[in-house]
Amino acid sequence: MNKYRIHLNTRRCIGCHGCEVHCKTNKNLPPGPILCEIDHQPVVMLKGVPRTEFSFRSCYHCEDPFCVPICPTGAMIKRGDGIVYVDQEKCIGCMACAGACPWGVPQHNPETNKAVKCDYCMDRVDAGLKPACVTKCTTLALKFVIMTEV
Amino acid sequence: MKKTVFSMCGMCTVRCPIRVEVEDGEVTWIEGNPHLLKGALCAKGSAGTALLKDTERPQQPLIRVGGRGAGRWRKASWPEALDYVAEKLKTIKTEHGPESVVLSSRGGPWQGMYKTFIHAFGSPNYTNHDCTCGRNTHHASLSINGVGRKGFVYDIANSKHLVLFGRNMFASMRVAENLQIMDMLDSGGRMTYVDVRQSMTGLKASRFFQVRPGTDYALALGFINEIIKRGIYNKAFVERYVSGFGELCQFIEPYTTAWAAKECGVKEKSIIQFIDEVAEDMPKVIFHPGWNLSRYKDSFYASRALHILNVLMGNIEQKGALIIPKGAGDCGAKGIRNLDCPKPDIKRADGVGWKYKHFDKGPGLSHLFFDAMKTGEPYPVKAWIAMRHDPFTAMPDPQAQKEAYDNCDLLVAIDTHYSEFAWYADVILPESTYLERDNPICLQKGPKPRLAVRRQVVEPVFDTKAGWEIFKQLADRLDIGEHFPYTTINDLYAWQLEGTGHTIEDFAEKGFIPLTDKPVMYDPEKLDGQFKTPSGKIEIISEKLTKAGFESLKPYVSPDKPAKGQFRLVYGRSAVHTHGHTINNPLLHELMPENSLWINTKVAARMNVNEGDLVDVIASNGVTETGQAHVTDFIHPECVYTVHGFGRQVPLQTKAYHAGFSDQKLMIGLLDNWDQVGGAINLCEVFVTVRRSSRNPKRRVEL
Repeated sequence: MNKYRIHLNTRRCIGCHGCEVHCKTNKNLPPGPILCEIDHQPVVMLKGVPRTEFSFRSCYHCEDPFCVPICPTGAMIKRGDGIVYVDQEKCIGCMACAGACPWGVPQHNPETNKAVKCDYCMDRVDAGLKPACVTKCTTLALKFVIMTEV
Repeated sequence: MKKTVFSMCGMCTVRCPIRVEVEDGEVTWIEGNPHLLKGALCAKGSAGTALLKDTERPQQPLIRVGGRGAGRWRKASWPEALDYVAEKLKTIKTEHGPESVVLSSRGGPWQGMYKTFIHAFGSPNYTNHDCTCGRNTHHASLSINGVGRKGFVYDIANSKHLVLFGRNMFASMRVAENLQIMDMLDSGGRMTYVDVRQSMTGLKASRFFQVRPGTDYALALGFINEIIKRGIYNKAFVERYVSGFGELCQFIEPYTTAWAAKECGVKEKSIIQFIDEVAEDMPKVIFHPGWNLSRYKDSFYASRALHILNVLMGNIEQKGALIIPKGAGDCGAKGIRNLDCPKPDIKRADGVGWKYKHFDKGPGLSHLFFDAMKTGEPYPVKAWIAMRHDPFTAMPDPQAQKEAYDNCDLLVAIDTHYSEFAWYADVILPESTYLERDNPICLQKGPKPRLAVRRQVVEPVFDTKAGWEIFKQLADRLDIGEHFPYTTINDLYAWQLEGTGHTIEDFAEKGFIPLTDKPVMYDPEKLDGQFKTPSGKIEIISEKLTKAGFESLKPYVSPDKPAKGQFRLVYGRSAVHTHGHTINNPLLHELMPENSLWINTKVAARMNVNEGDLVDVIASNGVTETGQAHVTDFIHPECVYTVHGFGRQVPLQTKAYHAGFSDQKLMIGLLDNWDQVGGAINLCEVFVTVRRSSRNPKRRVEL
């Protein structure tokens, strides 16, 4: 079972796109790949006030990911705790993973010529920290949820 | 080697406290100071690393060799560039007197350094960007409360109702304030938002008034009328601290809620319901008096009305309302020393203090120097040093400004990036970015005052210098170095902290030094002496305004309606850019490469304009800017809106160059359209023509 997920409290989200840049700077990414995204529904008038619903999307870290078996070099790996990540050493940048993923989550890093995707900032998680997007969320709307067996 | 440095962000002028991690000289992580912001930071804050690495910023001093604005530069060493500037300044001083030199900065906590420099040089002409920002709000507060707009801080977290007139908090990104608002809303507080369009702040509000452009004052008057009529103001507070309430009651009579609703184009029922809420929530109701209210011809009076609403709430020095900021003395601590030099006893070239006696003399009004440049009255202005201030982006009609600046013998820009002004200047002295420089210690006032400091995190990437070093070295060359009693930044810190019992090392643990553990609050029953008006009361009728020949309670005049085919041009900002500063930042450019022109759906349909179509926006003199239309229901049909700061013309900024369009270039005539009472430029008193652009492709012939 996946041990982690990221939850967005949409009431606190102000659509500032901070999370997207927090993620990119932590992974030292150039313009191009964006590993998590804030989006919102078209604005509608609801009881006299404009309203919209925000959503946060990164990687679903599927239980049975398509991106893992298709990788020709075994660079796409699912860890025991559910995190799906790219081993940068093994990746050859063929981007078969992006084609296999129904949501096109893995993206091409033009600087390294390799695939890159959300891995919940696993280096941080392993060090007892939270993912960059959660740690620095401008209004503390994002939560890093650690599932426990009940 | 890995190290942590506490510092202060510099991506915008909120200056949020940050914690930075550095590994082998590379910045690897920037977050909001966990002690104050729990890590929270905005997109711009994180994009600081991209600013650091950006090669499209000035990398060494540059001296102009071609015509002004032609973009032909000679690379110079620091000693050479500083010698050049100092020699020019000396010549100008001999020929025209020291007062012919103006120094402008954006403003902020380090103004003392810039003021010291220009005052020591012998000129009274220090100015800042506030005539295009908070001057009306500031003067409005002074006229009523006797203290400026920073004379109160807002305890939003504990309030029950926050009322915002166009104050688009969630685009302005004061992170601490935004966290307060979210906490307030989470605990059941209300937020009312007034604007001509929907913004992110409006999306989070519990009540939204979409008003006709230029009618903020009318809505505020309607609020005051209803509150007084129903007697739901704090009578004891008004009795004790306020003068002129009788005149207010008389004045406000015709401005009923029915009248206000009609004038603003909102429902009267909503106004009544809003006042019901206010009655429930007071005194924990905050009427934000506005920030950038340099907008309409009566913005000063609109801000006064908002200040009056706070007075009626009796919400001063109350938890969940307005709090008087406390300094070191309130905590029984000794304050820090700041650079200072008395202002020379010469009248200012902008007329503030002698021609315009009702304005705060501090920074004067930067738009009033152009007349002196053109006419030589009261004396010629021959040099302008812009310290991180971009007049061509901040003020209207850069072309008209250039014609005035051409009378100057020397234009110097000190900035971290190529401002539009820098590109036109004679010399660019590149300042190190906020991650590459130290700044002096500053006192941050509030219920819990603290000392804060920006520390250098990494070595400068290019041949740039910190402001403290640039001014010191320039001062030494002009024989006024004794006003800058330091050689290194540590000398300056030691001088600032002398006698306080602190050393600069004390900042290392948290990035700040708290001066108190608990909030310091005055007794709200004993506020006498806090209002620095001539009478010591909160003055509804300002003695100072009366003396200057102005009304304190100005009868409402309906704003002009645009002519057929025309729109009022209004501007604002986005959460991912700081006006013109960040447009070329690679990571922020990726999020928002261009601005757009917001236009009402019904109006657009009549003009055959669809979402994404190119539209021409034409100023009264024919100047045309072209941009993409954003067609939306959520903007008043009388106006069009855009995000300010785009349409930049510095070719070396390859991402920002000509991306989007510039609102200030369309503001023809506004340099002379300013508020005689409040002092600010009326930036939204301009009408433009909009048409579907002929550049929308129909056919494209390639060969």
